[in-house]
Amino acid sequence: MTNAASRRAVETVWRLESTRLIAGLTRMVRDVGLAEDLAQDALVLALRTWPESGIPDKPGAWLMTAAKRRAIDGMRRLKLQDQKYAEIGRHAESTVEDEAGEGVDSEIKDDLLRLIFMTCHPALSREARVALTLRLLGGLSTDEIAHAFFVSEPTIAQRIVRAKRRLREVRAEFIIPDGDEWKSRLETVLEVIYLLFNEGYAASSGTSWMRPLLCQEAIRLGRILAGIAPAEPEVQGLLALMEIQASRFRARISAAGEPVLLQDQNRALWDHLLIRRGLVALERAKSLGRPLGPYVLQASIAACHAVARTAEETDWVRIAALYEALCRVMPSPVVELNRAVAVAMAFGPAFGLQLVEQLERLPSLAAYHLLPSVKGDFLEKLGRRQEAREAFEHAASLTRNAQEKELLWRRAAACNAEPQEKADPQKKGGDPG
Amino acid sequence: MKFMMIVKATEDSEAGTPPSPELFEAMMRYNEELAKAGVLLAADGLHPTSGAIRISYEEPGAKPTITDGPFSESKEVIAGYTLIEVRSREEAIEWALRMPDPHGKGEGRIELRQVFEGSELTQDADMLEAHEAMTGELQRRNRT
Repeated sequence: MTNAASRRAVETVWRLESTRLIAGLTRMVRDVGLAEDLAQDALVLALRTWPESGIPDKPGAWLMTAAKRRAIDGMRRLKLQDQKYAEIGRHAESTVEDEAGEGVDSEIKDDLLRLIFMTCHPALSREARVALTLRLLGGLSTDEIAHAFFVSEPTIAQRIVRAKRRLREVRAEFIIPDGDEWKSRLETVLEVIYLLFNEGYAASSGTSWMRPLLCQEAIRLGRILAGIAPAEPEVQGLLALMEIQASRFRARISAAGEPVLLQDQNRALWDHLLIRRGLVALERAKSLGRPLGPYVLQASIAACHAVARTAEETDWVRIAALYEALCRVMPSPVVELNRAVAVAMAFGPAFGLQLVEQLERLPSLAAYHLLPSVKGDFLEKLGRRQEAREAFEHAASLTRNAQEKELLWRRAAACNAEPQEKADPQKKGGDPG
Repeated sequence: MKFMMIVKATEDSEAGTPPSPELFEAMMRYNEELAKAGVLLAADGLHPTSGAIRISYEEPGAKPTITDGPFSESKEVIAGYTLIEVRSREEAIEWALRMPDPHGKGEGRIELRQVFEGSELTQDADMLEAHEAMTGELQRRNRT
């Protein structure tokens, strides 16, 4: 092997092990920043010795032992004056002796869970949570994170440093919260993961439609979390939602690079393995017999689309009902608008229009271009072409996306033309992919 | 990136001899490791080729020949596969190296192959081109 190749091999192994390493070390030293430094030290040592000695049989255990020795050395240098350090030192020395170093299975799971609760700590800003989670649980470099978010590397590096400092300041505990706190902290964790997924799935800025790394990391974290917390319906629900949405990656963009609406997608391009995985996770979520939360409901909606063999077979009545349930557990104007679309698909545009007109009264939606766009669609179907044109023009004036603006102007112009033969009745609005 | 680890058939697997309890347990443990790391997509074992058929198009445009199993050349036959999703080729290699020897009698063979994906999951220009060619072809077929 060349130097570069062996370096890459060592780094790959480290990357596979780093999350567990950092989690285990955090339990020992109670400081996530210090734990990361120790893990890095172990990497440096591995880079020095493995190219000669070869990669050890249990690389994870090797790295853990190396890092723990390092930690103990550091604590000895502090002369153990501090009672707390003395305790940690004793604890560390006893754990470094259990030579397997890999720890008990349940312990590793708990450490990972504690680590994700730490990186998604409520004392951190949303951006800091995202960056720290990618760094410590994804093992991504600051450079990779910076690329994914179109910001400079120093920005991300600083964000991570500040986040770690903040955790130290608030004395964030390396614990699995219980009771009511468990529920709210878990919500934060799920929010971070879904945020990552959405950042990657539909980038609102930049030219690239997909930011694959973020999506992939989000799904990977979702899969890990679903393994650690199998009895949490919302964890399973989020995983189901991401698996099903990811199943449409290949079909979402045309060969010319343009977005393809869900109803127009070639369903043969959907990844049916991911759909199946999503449906399994969704079943597991429902089998837990708890009230359906927002992720389980969204996953159920995604599943309705996923199981329809053609766009025409979509069960819109069920989707409309699911959106109504979603409006109740997660009230939001955007969800309401989606519900209006589903209702129109299920029962006709007149019913959808009623809902849209109610939404128009909300000041928070005044600048939301999809509202007049959907309204225009309903009006057009009802043959109220003049009003439809006005709605499309209004929508075009509200969007900043050039592609969308163009499309809306075209639709507005089409309303001026002579009415055509009744178009394909199935070609009505619908969810974007 | 998705990779498929293909385990080749052996005389034992073709004879339908189940793996030893130790090997079975090692495989289970390995799959659990994959799942815990969030990289496992699917893992399946295949029945021996004694129950298989082979369809060969020996002449363009002519009807295919159908052959019943078993197929003798066991090294060319697949006994099972594991599909993983990882961030790099190096990671796939590392995971493949961690798979237990699937046979334990000197016949174990694993092949690691990358799975074609759409443009969204790769920045590789060659793969992009291949994907577009495939999509174009599919669209042509759908139209006709």
